[in-house]
Amino acid sequence: MTRPPIIELRDVQKYYGEYHALRGITCDIRQGEFFSLLGPSGCGKTTLLRTIAGFEDVSSGTVVIDGKNMQGVPANQRPTNMVFQSYAIFPHLSVEQNVGFGLRRAGLDKGEMARRVGEALEMVGLAGYGKRAAHALSGGQRQRVALARALILKPKVLLLDEPLSALDKKLRENMQVELIKLQRQVGITFILVTHDQEEALVMSDRIAVMSEGGIAQMDDPETLYRRPNSRWVADFIGVMNFLPAKVVSEAGDTVEVEIAGLGRAELTANQAMASAGGHEVSVGLRPETLTIQFNGNQSGERIAEGVIEEVVYYGDMTYYDVRLDGAAVPVRISMRNLVGRPVLEIGTRARVAWSAGALVLFR
Amino acid sequence: MKGGGLRIYAVLYLVFLYAPIVLLPIFAFNDSTIIAFPLSGFTTKWFGELADIPALHGAVLNSLMIAITTSLLATTLGICASRASARYAFPGKKPIMGFIMLPLVLPEIIVAVALLVVLLALGLPLGAWTVILGHVLICTPFSIAILTSAFANMDRSLEEAAVDLGETPWSTFRLITLPLVMPGIISSLLISFTISLDEFIIAFFLTGTEPTLPVYLWSQLRFPQKIPAVMALGTILVALSVLLLTIAEYYRRRGVARAGGKDTGGFL
Ligand SMILES: Nc1ncnc2c1ncn2[C@@H]1O[C@H](COP(=O)(O)OP(=O)(O)OP(=O)(O)O)[C@@H](O)[C@H]1O
Ligand SMILES: [Mg+2]
Repeated sequence: MTRPPIIELRDVQKYYGEYHALRGITCDIRQGEFFSLLGPSGCGKTTLLRTIAGFEDVSSGTVVIDGKNMQGVPANQRPTNMVFQSYAIFPHLSVEQNVGFGLRRAGLDKGEMARRVGEALEMVGLAGYGKRAAHALSGGQRQRVALARALILKPKVLLLDEPLSALDKKLRENMQVELIKLQRQVGITFILVTHDQEEALVMSDRIAVMSEGGIAQMDDPETLYRRPNSRWVADFIGVMNFLPAKVVSEAGDTVEVEIAGLGRAELTANQAMASAGGHEVSVGLRPETLTIQFNGNQSGERIAEGVIEEVVYYGDMTYYDVRLDGAAVPVRISMRNLVGRPVLEIGTRARVAWSAGALVLFR
Repeated sequence: MKGGGLRIYAVLYLVFLYAPIVLLPIFAFNDSTIIAFPLSGFTTKWFGELADIPALHGAVLNSLMIAITTSLLATTLGICASRASARYAFPGKKPIMGFIMLPLVLPEIIVAVALLVVLLALGLPLGAWTVILGHVLICTPFSIAILTSAFANMDRSLEEAAVDLGETPWSTFRLITLPLVMPGIISSLLISFTISLDEFIIAFFLTGTEPTLPVYLWSQLRFPQKIPAVMALGTILVALSVLLLTIAEYYRRRGVARAGGKDTGGFL
């Protein structure tokens, strides 16, 4: 079931003077979706978020929110609210006054106001903090205040600009889970800007990967991870091994390739992400789709052999760089450190199991 | 000793700078009309004498009126200019700001004479308002210098957050911007007030028939018997100025701390 779009962007372009910051963004963001904008620094994530919020005018193209064209609608009249990267907590106001700030214009009486502020604080786990001075809060608490302040107006869309980047790792991971829960609870569309691919994969229903002012790929996390549509996206999301390959034959829905180090493999159309062209191609494989065989042969798997060139021990995992016979560069393989499984040494010969279904072809 | 020469230099510098000012209260409390050592005895009668001079009271009122008006005008102009320069990029911003800040380094006598020439050429009468004009000219740069750091230290997303939560640009200015730069505004008001209250040259050239306090003070120096009273008056003026500037600096620092910025100078 696809829900109707709450935000429709059509060929949105943004120039800062000569600089082309957004190069034709077209996408629909659905109602109640947790949507992420992911990309390297400077690719235009914040700019796109700010054009949705109304802080930047688009140079051309349209932004439609909840069926209404936002051309000329200022930020204070848009059904969006924002959690700023710096949190932007008003330092001269108390927590309560910060959270209730957006209700000033609603003309509520004191009791109703206090009730809604209390509710919002409770929702973010800050019940009883209302009287605190804003400057006396920790980073995590400031973030919660910013969330409560933005959500109290029950916006159609909540915009979050790298809300977790200022928190330490542990707190960040906790807040990720809390944000997901909160989003399910309130049912509001969340648009999250992040440059942390792991964060995007963990939290989002869908992700738009941005590169140089454009959207490189927009998909759910699993598709994005397993079927990246370009080498660039594959490289940006997680770790991807690339092996050079040659197209041997193409027939209907299948492509047969000869892969350096692995041998022949038959790939289906959904694994071959771009149109046919030259015969020099490359094949991508994720580290966890390869396994070093410790015991005997399993059925249905194909085996390649090589030499271990590097071992990186991570506690729960070990990464091996294995140079397959006939390949010019090593591939990275991640293995879980199960009970009784030894950590192999550099220089050992290894048998590597792989399957054609996990490959992606890039042209 | 390391830095010995520099230390001696600093001490001498301070002595030359402040010795005359220290002499002021010494002779203000000295029981003699002759300004010379040795001192004759302690008295507060010179201060009492000040209460009986109507011309002095007129000068004080005149000065207060001019200083208050000047500080309000200079600070208002300062708010507009520093807000514009901290937030917006506009063509010719650098030269425009340079021109506004110029009176900071121009000798006051130049400013005074230039204004006088212009006013006379235009056939305008001299009076309190011409002094205010001159004082606003020299106070505005100070106001801008104080307020620019107050505005620049403020996180821009605070204003955006307020707009995002439904406020108009104007109500945002009132609810968020003004309270956050208020310490800077108070500091600017106090410093402009003090500069105007103490200023002599411009007031001397541009004042009409009603002198300001420093001009009156200067006019009394011709009468030797009045010099101790002048000393007393000077003492009060110095004490008041130091007090006001201290309060102003306190507010300036508090403003910097409140906006979460680093202290980058200031005048004290
Ligand atoms: N107000 C502005 N004036 C001129 N250029 C700008 C402005 N704001 C952003 N840019 C430029 O636009 C590009 C995109 O900026 P943006 O802030 O959207 O990047 P981002 O993807 O959010 O990066 P980051 O992860 O570093 O926050 C950058 O190259 C930036 O220098
Ligand atoms: Mg950004």
